[in-house]
Amino acid sequence: MPTHDSPGLAWGRPPTAELSIVEGATGVVIRDGHVTYSGPGDPSAGPLFHNLEAEFAGGLFTCLLGSSGVGKSSLLRMIAGLPPRQGTASGTVTDLDGKSLTGRVVYMDQRDLLLPWLTVLDNVLLGARLRGEPRQRGSALGLLAAVGLSGWEDARPEQLSGGMRQRAALARTLMENRPIVLMDEPFQALDAITRLALQDLSARLLAGRTVILVTHDPIEALRLGHHVQVLAGRPARLDPPVAPPGLPPRDPADPALVGMYRVLIARLQSAATQLAASKT
Amino acid sequence: MIAIVLRNIGRAAVTLAGLVALWQGLVWATGVAPYILPAPRLVASAWLGQVDYLLTNSAVTAAEMLLGLLFGGVLGAGSAILIASIAPARRWLLPVLVVSQAVPVFALAPVLVLWLGYGMASKVAMATLIIYFPVAGAFLDGLRRTEPGWLDLASVMTQNRWAILRSVRIPAALPALASGLRVAAAVAPIGAIIGEWVGSGAGLGFVMLHANGRAQTDLMFAALATLSALALLTYFTVDWSLRRAMPWQPETAADDGRF
Repeated sequence: MPTHDSPGLAWGRPPTAELSIVEGATGVVIRDGHVTYSGPGDPSAGPLFHNLEAEFAGGLFTCLLGSSGVGKSSLLRMIAGLPPRQGTASGTVTDLDGKSLTGRVVYMDQRDLLLPWLTVLDNVLLGARLRGEPRQRGSALGLLAAVGLSGWEDARPEQLSGGMRQRAALARTLMENRPIVLMDEPFQALDAITRLALQDLSARLLAGRTVILVTHDPIEALRLGHHVQVLAGRPARLDPPVAPPGLPPRDPADPALVGMYRVLIARLQSAATQLAASKT
Repeated sequence: MIAIVLRNIGRAAVTLAGLVALWQGLVWATGVAPYILPAPRLVASAWLGQVDYLLTNSAVTAAEMLLGLLFGGVLGAGSAILIASIAPARRWLLPVLVVSQAVPVFALAPVLVLWLGYGMASKVAMATLIIYFPVAGAFLDGLRRTEPGWLDLASVMTQNRWAILRSVRIPAALPALASGLRVAAAVAPIGAIIGEWVGSGAGLGFVMLHANGRAQTDLMFAALATLSALALLTYFTVDWSLRRAMPWQPETAADDGRF
């Protein structure tokens, strides 16, 4: 097991040996996934996904790695039950027993999507407000403390820095307390230090849930994923999962990861070359 | 904050003084007859001489405007919500909304007076009609432009579209509704005055029409000045309350040097 020390990071995670899976954190199965993209770009390039079959392990972090435009977000939106931003989608997304995931999923975007008219606390409690459930102020305050936002509960989002806003979004995601967590490049817009801190925090607070995290950063994938899968090609295919050694969040300077990093970069580069070749 | 308000008031006073000076200069330079263009002094004395009469009639016009704002605002906001959320309502109400603006209100005024009488009801109806469109139009625009990411987030959290409408789409569209209400506050006097011109026994429009008929140009100008003050007061009150109600609305001050 790699030792993990992160000097200067406020929310470092003590390494834990065993993994306890959150109840209901089932695997996710995609069958017969089709997505056609009708936005700007080459229409002759064909569908983003064609007969896509995929399975993601329950209770673990799976990081989906791919270049921009390969369909990472479309895949995540499909799992979340959201229609594609542009284009059409079909396919079935279920748990291992073939049951729909509705009501068991929470989705976190690369933008914080905090509502500007609500306080930070009310943003964290948005799900309860929408469902008409009693608002658990105490738990929300606890989560805000866990993401380092104690004392900011009554602030409006505009008063927060980008990193703080994304931490508030993480608290809102955690407040939903869903076994399946979908994250679309959640730390992409942050500076390096804040990103490391938030990655640690997410690894700690989301442990035991089925997390599917989309990223184009191989280091992030290797830091956080129990499994790392590359999404490449058009129509896109998922490579078999790679399992980096040790438990997330890993130290990106770990020599074992450097080798995997080279392999992943080579894979992404060859995918990019293929894509460029198929377009000409 | 108070300093800024005082500075604004001071600036407005200087502008006003400049305009009055220009007016006086025009009267002196042209030597025009007082029944064509009365000097500011004559208008001021007409105002002071008939202050009770003018204020009583202002109250009538103000009431018509405020009731028009109330009804027009509620109806406009209500139809915008209906149109934005229910597909059949969109098909049936959208044409009504467009027609409400396509028919010139001036043309409707006599009919409204015929139906609703010479009293306040016809003027309130007129003001409502003229206010309805900017409110409904602006709010509908806002409701249609909710940030898609917010809707994605909310629709993963709940299946209940009404909850999403209430907690996300409507609050997100409030700044747009505010723009509509500002325009409405600015046009509200038009509705009330048109109604009074067509037929009435009270109100500033009535005073102006009456004074005009008797060649009391100074009184007409006094009524006009009162009406302008009323219109400004309405606009700034609405504007101020809307700002207070929506503190999250980012405000880019026009004088921060970027324009």
